[in-house]
Parts: sequence; structure tokens; C-alpha cells
Amino acid sequence: MTQTPMLEVRGLFKYFPVHQALLGSLTRRAHSSVKAVDDVSFALGHGEVLAVVGESGCGKTTIARTLIGLETPTNGEIVFDGKAVGARAKQPHISLKQLRQRAQMIFQDPYESLNPRATIFEIVAEPLVVHGMIKDRRERIAAVKSALEDAGLRPAEDYFMRYPHELSGGQRQRVVIASAMVLQPELLIADEPVSMLDVSIRAEILNLLRDLRQRRGISIVFITHDLSTVAYFADRIAVMYLGRIVEIGPAREVLKSPQHPYTKALISVAPVPNPRLRRERVILQGETPNPINLPTGCRFHPRCPVAIDICKVNDPQLIELSAGHQAACLLLTK
Amino acid sequence: MGEHWTLFLRNIQEFWRTFRQNKLGMVGGFLVLVATLTAIFAPALTSYDASEIIRDSNNRALTFAPPSVHGILGTDDAGHDVWSQLVYGARISLVVGFMAGFIAMFVGSALGIVAGYFGGKIDSLIMRITDVLLVIPDLPLMLVLVATIRQMELKISPLVVLIIVIGLLYWTSTARLIRSQVLTVKERQFVARARAIGAGHWHIIRKHILPQLMPLIVTNTVLILSTAILIESGLAFLGLGDPTRPSWGTMLNFAFDRSAISNGAWWFYLPPGIAILWVSLGCILLGNVLEEMLNPRLTAHHLEGEAGMIAIAEAESKG
Amino acid sequence: MSEKPLLSVRGLTTEFTTPEGKIARALEDVSFDVMHGQTIGLVGESGSGKTTTLMSLMRLLPAGGRITAGRVMFNDTNLLSLTEREMRDYRWKSMAIVFQGAMNALNPVMKVGDQIHEAIMLHNLMDEDAAEKRVRDLLEMVGIARTRRDQYPHQYSGGMRQRAMIAMALACAPDLLFADEPTTALDVMIQAQVLQLLKEIQKALGLAIVLVTHDLGVVAEVCDSVVVMYGGKVAEYGTADHIYNEAQHPYTQKLLEAFPDVTKPGDTLASIPGTPPRLTNLPPGCRFEPRCHVKVAKCSQVNPPLLEVSPKHYVSCILREGAEADLR
Repeated sequence: MTQTPMLEVRGLFKYFPVHQALLGSLTRRAHSSVKAVDDVSFALGHGEVLAVVGESGCGKTTIARTLIGLETPTNGEIVFDGKAVGARAKQPHISLKQLRQRAQMIFQDPYESLNPRATIFEIVAEPLVVHGMIKDRRERIAAVKSALEDAGLRPAEDYFMRYPHELSGGQRQRVVIASAMVLQPELLIADEPVSMLDVSIRAEILNLLRDLRQRRGISIVFITHDLSTVAYFADRIAVMYLGRIVEIGPAREVLKSPQHPYTKALISVAPVPNPRLRRERVILQGETPNPINLPTGCRFHPRCPVAIDICKVNDPQLIELSAGHQAACLLLTK
Repeated sequence: MGEHWTLFLRNIQEFWRTFRQNKLGMVGGFLVLVATLTAIFAPALTSYDASEIIRDSNNRALTFAPPSVHGILGTDDAGHDVWSQLVYGARISLVVGFMAGFIAMFVGSALGIVAGYFGGKIDSLIMRITDVLLVIPDLPLMLVLVATIRQMELKISPLVVLIIVIGLLYWTSTARLIRSQVLTVKERQFVARARAIGAGHWHIIRKHILPQLMPLIVTNTVLILSTAILIESGLAFLGLGDPTRPSWGTMLNFAFDRSAISNGAWWFYLPPGIAILWVSLGCILLGNVLEEMLNPRLTAHHLEGEAGMIAIAEAESKG
Repeated sequence: MSEKPLLSVRGLTTEFTTPEGKIARALEDVSFDVMHGQTIGLVGESGSGKTTTLMSLMRLLPAGGRITAGRVMFNDTNLLSLTEREMRDYRWKSMAIVFQGAMNALNPVMKVGDQIHEAIMLHNLMDEDAAEKRVRDLLEMVGIARTRRDQYPHQYSGGMRQRAMIAMALACAPDLLFADEPTTALDVMIQAQVLQLLKEIQKALGLAIVLVTHDLGVVAEVCDSVVVMYGGKVAEYGTADHIYNEAQHPYTQKLLEAFPDVTKPGDTLASIPGTPPRLTNLPPGCRFEPRCHVKVAKCSQVNPPLLEVSPKHYVSCILREGAEADLR
């Protein structure tokens, strides 16, 4: 790629220290840590939608929070539009505050992410206030109005003076989106934006995001555990397992011909809404191990249906299988 | 902005509608309201001055006159009208109580927010101070403090001394309460969202944390008021009030000092006692009811099933 | 219907009185059959009445709720005519329930095995030793190692807690298991494990299962027949094949189109504008009329009954097949 990507993540690590029990802290044993994100790199092009998929505990939400600076990376670099985020020593760099003007985050739970005591107008106008933009009252009202209408809340004036608890889940998520879009960001980080919503409303929100992306050309990092929603609008998919990307590639290709055994299993258990198409499912036994004591070798080997002996020893790296399609499995060769 | 005003009125109306249905709350509100009105309109409620000596036809001071002989509540040992002392005393008691209560509330909330929001060393420091204040017995400490300050002859009114001492010693429970609430609020997603937007600490505290604390602060203030009034009465009863401007506590102090009980002058010591009870009971009833009303926020969740939906439907039909 | 159903629900109607004295009709004229050894899915969005249906069948409605009409036949007994005492005997022994968010319903300071033991002792006449053996058998049946009997809930993962709750529901060998959103808070892989477990248990014990969920995918994977609910009424009821491949109710059709399919990436998703009706303020005609894309004038006046369109396929829509007469 010759063009600078919208976002580039290089060797990102995020470890959370574990608070030891009283005894442990008395004996001053070495502190262990939760390896939430363990050496992750990827790039996101302008106007591209990258879905980060995985089960809970795979580190996908930590990545989202780290991207927007809610967590400080333990190691690694986040480069936004060619500028290192927060790294003052580097040139060129961009401060967190500047980043947050150009990148916005949508949270999972629309019942929790809105201040219950603020009106919808205050909520949507807040990014403008925080960044001291559009100070003129009339222009500010117009900006809020158009953001709400773009998010499908019409007539916008009806919502200005209402409180979040007066709205349904779908409406609240629209408010969240309006508030994220009011600064006209270039990057949107969406952390499971529809997982708490009913099916019919889920479709509306996904359609809205797809629509915004088409009209505004914004890039989206879409965090989800649900492959079926990914299939719907991602350009590329990154599948995560225990803090690592195990497979990344163009969405259609990954879904049609998954290479990593974990991706294969995930796709096979995604529910298909047709009883005639009940498929053979690869149901992995056990659960994701805790990310404090990682398995040796390939971290997926204890649950892998096709693991062989070397998997217990060697830690596979991502290898390029075809243009832009990479997977980390020792059984794969180019 | 007109819309804000209508919104405000709507909230007030909604509040009043719920409040009205609560009998205990109405009683509490009534008690507090009557006491406050009495204090404000004291001169209109009596024709005597509190320090005026009532004399009989022989121009002798009318001492320990029962209500049947003089006025509404008779006279005290020096011939002062008890009713007048009571209504003017309301001013002193309530002013000291309210001011001290507000200081305690303000200091407590501010320190609680700082401790809870920033955490770390500042939190430890503030919490250690509250620990120390909690283990020292209040009454002896206050007696010593008030007496010491008086000794210094700083030309401050004894009432101001009382206000400051009570206010600066009674913020600890508020601070702890507010701090624990801040600890939960700051973990909520809308605070994370505000940070993700790029908001600074001051903005987050003012716009996101404080509004969630308001119900707690209001409730706590009302309850602290009652404590402050009781403490003021206690200190004044022990003789630390301003003898030239008697509060209800001072009246009790006088009554006991001047053998009202052995004289059977119940009209001298019962009314201030009842007045203190009246106000503190009012505050406590009001505070408890406010707590009940303001704390459980209606947060029905969509996966909670139909019962939750009905709750939402109700909330919507109210709005 | 030739075969005799295990549970037969007819015309079930449930109302709630809100604290303000308003009547909310949470269920209206709900009818369906649960056959022996079959899995039936109750699907719908929030407020559609699926949870209320379960609670009505178990007679565990919260305060303010009451069943105003209908019949619930369990084998040959009308559950609605039983006294509360008699009903208590049916609960757990004949019909058990795995509640929504059940994995959080375990007592955190009691060993998991003891909690299952307690459930058995509360209902059965089994002695302590037999009950203990049953606890271990149940744990094994749901795929929990016997050695974990003496662990506490916090030592279990979410999936294992859900398994433990299923074991507890099976404690008294019920004929019918109600499962309210049993997989909602779980990861896809754990969800698949739990569904597989339910299927295995059903095969082994010949259990009938009523699965309540908002997830059409889950229903398609495991259910033999499906009840689609909307606004407290049955919109459509039939075999899984009827519902997924021959849906006639516009709501069912839209719901299916709104469900993203991993096998068809890039498909457009249909959305249903508007929100479900408020139960305190239901539209006079068809519940779905305000959001319906094919409605006609009559829809806002007539509340359509649930009628059979083909064997074992019921639809409540005046536009259903062969219903031209209704339109006149």
C-alpha cells in the first residue's frame, strides 16, 4: 500500500497486573498478569471496515479501549493517519485529545453508555462542547439536529429535551451514534454495538452504520463475537484467540474458506436461520483458558481438534496464504 | 432558554406528584416548613421582644407566670415571654443548623468526590483524616474547640464559632458516602464514553459524576441538618451558645440553670424540647423519603422480560 | 391432532395491573401444544410475551399479574384449576425451569453439589445417600467432572454454571423442561455446547423442552416446532420448516430477513421500522399493524384470530393464504 493507512497498530501489548491475594503480596512473589492483548498488529485503510471477532476474553474489547486511549498500551505503537498517538518523542505525533476529535467510540450497552441525567441534546452536543467546536448557539443546534436526523431520529427536535430512560434500546443506540458522528470523525470504533439489541432493531442499527460508512467514507473497527453480523458488512475480518490474531483476511474469503481451525469452528457454530441447513458443527470442548497462564506453544492447541505434537512446543506466527489473507497455524504452509 | 425552563418545571411537577403520595414525607415536609416559616416571620408572630421583661400591674417582673396568667407560653424566671423566645430562638437554631449542615455537606461532598475520582494518595490522605475524626469522640472535641476559640477572643460571634466547628467536624460521613458512590459511578460506561470523547476531569466531574450524586447529596444534606440542629442544641445546652441570642438549646440551658423544673414551670422547658424534636423529626422523615424516592433509578432492561417492559411503559406514560 | 400432547395450552390470557391501576394485557389467546420428547421454541422480541407465557404456565406470575382465561392441560390435568399446594407438587417434579441469567442464580457461598442436593431433598422422598448418588449422576450427565461437586460457583466458568443449573432442573426427573434464554449471555462456542447438551439430554431422557429465546438462529438449530410471538399474541405457529421456509405472517417474514446469515455475506438486512406496542396501550386491530409493510385498511380494526392454514401451521393475519373471504 502506498497510501498511509487510517490506523496502524504495531506490536501492541496490553497486560493487566493481577492483584495478588493477601498472602501472595506478603510473600512478594513475582506479579503475574492477564495478557489481554499479546503482540497484535494490523492496519486499517481509509473507508475500510475491519471486524475483530472472538469470544469473551480474547482481548477484542481491550484493543478497542486501547485504540481510543482508555487503556495505555503496555508496549507497542498506535499510528493514526501516519502520526504516532500520544508518543511525544516521535515525529509526527498526535495527542490523545486530537485523536479523540477524529476518532470516536460506540459502546456495547446503550443502557449504560448514556448519562441518565443528561438530555439527548446535551449528550449529542457534548463532543462539540468538550472540543470547543461550533460555539455559535444556532449552528450548534443545527449540528445536533443533523446528527440526530442522520442517525434516524426524526424529527430531531422531539428528542432534544428527553432523557435516555424515555427511549427504547434502539433509539438510545442511535443517540450514541449521533453523538459519535457529530464531530464528523474519520474513524469509528464500535464495540459490540448491536449485541444488546433485539433482532429487528439490530438490523436497523447495522443498516445505519453501513449507510453512514457509505455516505461519509469513515473507517470502522467493528468489535463483535457474532460472525453473522460481520458477514453483513465487514471488508476484512481479524479472528482473535487469547490475545492474538489467529487469522486475518478479506471477509468473504475468511468466511468461505477459513484456514485456522479456530476460525473453522467459530463459523461452523454460527447459527443459521434455517432448519433445512443444519450443518455439521465443530463444537470445541472446554472453554477459553484464562489469559494469566497461557498454554505453551500454540495457545489454541489444548482445544484444537487437529493439533499435533509440535503444536505444544512451537508458537506459530501469522503467515501469508494468499493476498492479504494470513493465519497462524503450524499445519498451514504457503 | 425556554425549553430548559419547561423541562425544569416538568421535572419539578413529576417530583411533586410522587412526593405527594408519600404521607410520611408530607408530614416531614410540613414540620420543616412550619419551623422555617416561624423563624422567618418571628416578629409577626409575637408582640414582645425576646429580651423584654413582662411586668404586672405593680410594675414587678412577672416571673414564672404560667400560660394561664400571661401570653401563650407564660414567662420565664426573669419575666421574659417564653413564646417570643421560642419563635426568635427558631431563627438562631435553624440558622446555625442550616449553615453548619451546608458547610458539612459542601466540604464532605467536595472531599468525597476528589477522593473517589482521583484515588491514589489523595484518596488515602482524605480517608485517613476521616478515620481520625471518626475515632475521636465528637462532643469532648467540640467542647474543647469551642472553648479554646472563645479563649482566643477573636471577636467572632459565638454562633459563628459553633457553625464552623460543627460544619468542619461533621463532613466525614458525607465524604465516605459520596466517595463510595463516586467509585461506582466512575466505572460506568457513560464516564468511559465521556473520556473517549476527549473530556477532561473537570468536565467529567461536573457533567457526569455530580448529577448522579445530587440525589444522595440532597438526601444527606437534609439528614445532616437534623444532626447539626441537635448538636447545636446540645452545645448550647452545655452553655456554649450565645446568651444574648438564645437558641432552643440555650433556652433549655437557662431553664435547667434557673430551676424551672423545681418550680414546676413546664412551659419554660417543654416548648424548646418539643421544637428541637419537631425540626429534627421533620428532617429525618423528609430525608428518608427523599432517599427512597431519588435513589432507585428506573432502569428496566430490555432482556428483563415483559414485567420490565410494563415498567418502561409506565415510566413513559408518566413522562 | 392425532397424538396426545404432553402440554396443551389453549386461549391463555394474562393481564397485569400496573401500580397506577392500568391494565396491561401481556398475553392474549395463546395456544400451542408441546409433544412428548419434542422441543418447541417460543420466539419473540422484548415485550412479546414469551417470558410471561412461561411464568403463566408455571403459575409463577409476579404480583399484579393474573391469568384471566384459558386452559393449560398437562397430560389430563388442567394446571389452572389446581390449588397452589397441588401446583407446587407439579413444579420441579413434572416441569422444571432454567431461568434467564440462571448462572447468576447460584448461591455463591454454597457448594454447587450441595445446591443440587438441596433441590432433590426439597422435593423427593429419596434418602440422603440416594440423593448424593443422584447429584453425581446429574453432574456427569451435564458434563461436569464429579470431582468438582464440592467446588463453589465462583470456581465454575459461566458455561459450567449454566450446566449446573440444568443439572438442578433435572434433579427430580421432570417430563418438561422450560429454558428461558438459556444461551443469551454465553459465547457462541459455549452456546453451541449448551444446545448440544440439551439435545443429548432430551434424547437420553425423552424430555420435552420449551425453549424461550429471541435468537432465531438458536431456534433453527434445535427446535421441532416454533411459536412466534408478537405483542402478547401468537403471530405464527408451526413446524420449524413452516416457520423458516413457508412463513406467512409478515412479522415472521421480516424477522427472518432481519437475521444476518453467516453463509450469505453481504446480504442486505431487512429492518422493521417502529417499536413493539406498549402492553398498556395496544392498538385496536392487529398488534403488528402499525409496523406492518403489507397492511390493508381492515388491519387496524380487526384483531385477527389464530387460524390453521395448513396442517399444524397456524397464522394470525387476515392476509394469510386462503383468507380472501375475510377481506370482504
